[in-house]
Amino acid sequence: MIAVKYFGAIAEKTNSKSEEFLFSELSLSQLIDSLEKKYQLSSMTFSIAVNKTIITNAENCMLKNNDEVALLPPFAGG
Amino acid sequence: MKLLYYRHLQEASFLNYDLNPKIMEIIRYNRQMILPEIGAMGQQKLQDAKVLIIGVGGLGVAVLPYLTAAGVGEIGIVDDDTIELTNLQRQVIYKNNSIGKSKALEAKEMALALNPLIKINAITEKLNSKNVISLFEKYDIIVDGTDNLKTKCLINDACSVTNKPFVYGSVYKFEGQVSVFNYKNGPTYSCLFPEESITVGNCNEAGVLGVSVGIIGMFQANEVLKMILGIGEVLSGKLLVYNFLNNEQHKFDILKSDSTIHKASFDYKYSEVESIEIEASKALKQINNPEVVFIDIRNEDEYPKLKIKNSIQIPLNQLEFELHKLNTETTFFVFCQSGVRSKNAVEILINNNYNNAKSVVGGANAIEKMINNESVSVF
Repeated sequence: MIAVKYFGAIAEKTNSKSEEFLFSELSLSQLIDSLEKKYQLSSMTFSIAVNKTIITNAENCMLKNNDEVALLPPFAGG
Repeated sequence: MKLLYYRHLQEASFLNYDLNPKIMEIIRYNRQMILPEIGAMGQQKLQDAKVLIIGVGGLGVAVLPYLTAAGVGEIGIVDDDTIELTNLQRQVIYKNNSIGKSKALEAKEMALALNPLIKINAITEKLNSKNVISLFEKYDIIVDGTDNLKTKCLINDACSVTNKPFVYGSVYKFEGQVSVFNYKNGPTYSCLFPEESITVGNCNEAGVLGVSVGIIGMFQANEVLKMILGIGEVLSGKLLVYNFLNNEQHKFDILKSDSTIHKASFDYKYSEVESIEIEASKALKQINNPEVVFIDIRNEDEYPKLKIKNSIQIPLNQLEFELHKLNTETTFFVFCQSGVRSKNAVEILINNNYNNAKSVVGGANAIEKMINNESVSVF
């Protein structure tokens, strides 16, 4: 199982704060691709954290069971 | 004995406010100076500190009073904005009769009324690539109270050039982000969000409660004080995300992935961005770009006539009356004979929200020369 947490405007698009996916193994880019399609996120900018660490290179990241992914858009309000 | 001493001082202070200033300071800061982590040494560190707050909107007005009250010796406030009625719901240091006045000047007045022992510098300018470096060099810590990503990127770059910590805060509806970037060569904003081509609404567009920006501003002020005092753990290499509706908070680790920006690369990066001029050679490279329109602002009797595909002629004295024909999203390269009048035209355009307008250096003379010399295809 992989848990995904959504923040800011992303959570508005997905209409939920978090979601769980029943995969034991999945690449991060596969997950992001499918989420982008499902929720039409391609126009949005966000950073990705895996297990609470911001990922700089999503290309080669394999997710494993119990991993937690977070999608973090930049906030601009002040 | 110690207690008696303080009580004695307090009583004396009620009787006579013109006591020795040093004693007045000890009384004023007593409640924080009695913390063993602060003491007289910590108070001296606060007194010696110089903090620059960029923007006194929702975040900045939360940061400012607490740094002021704590006795941070010198505080700069940068804001070119004036107070509007819609600000008062969250920018709580301003008064109803402040509407229309300068934010930086009003904030300074408030701060000095709270604590006359410190120095406040009000800078009523917009932060830009020209003034940012010399401004940051005068301070130890930079606090981000801005409401747009473009300025956050500029602050980040300038903090890297001047080697200053960048206390970041930002709010989106009921969530806030806080971090300290570039602290002792730690990760920067661009390690977290590398892309600059991002558009997210500011508070005006997205909506926000006053307490939300207040809470995040308070987190920022707390980081500033910790850095000055050298206590606790600075939020460096971490992004704190706080949810005001359920009080959940998440902390993410940020790894350093970019390198320090030097002054030369900063200058190069920003030389074109904010300039209202463009070299003729660079303008001509976009001659076939359908989103670029050349405007010839010369009078009809001026030569050479240039045949450029996407071009229109509007004499300078007609420009203001013809603006309605132009689209604000279009990029305009404006030229006259030699590049003097076209700068006036660009100012008119920018003042009317045609922000993508540039004046062609050297005007029609330079363009014609380029066309002749390099046989640029103009059709």
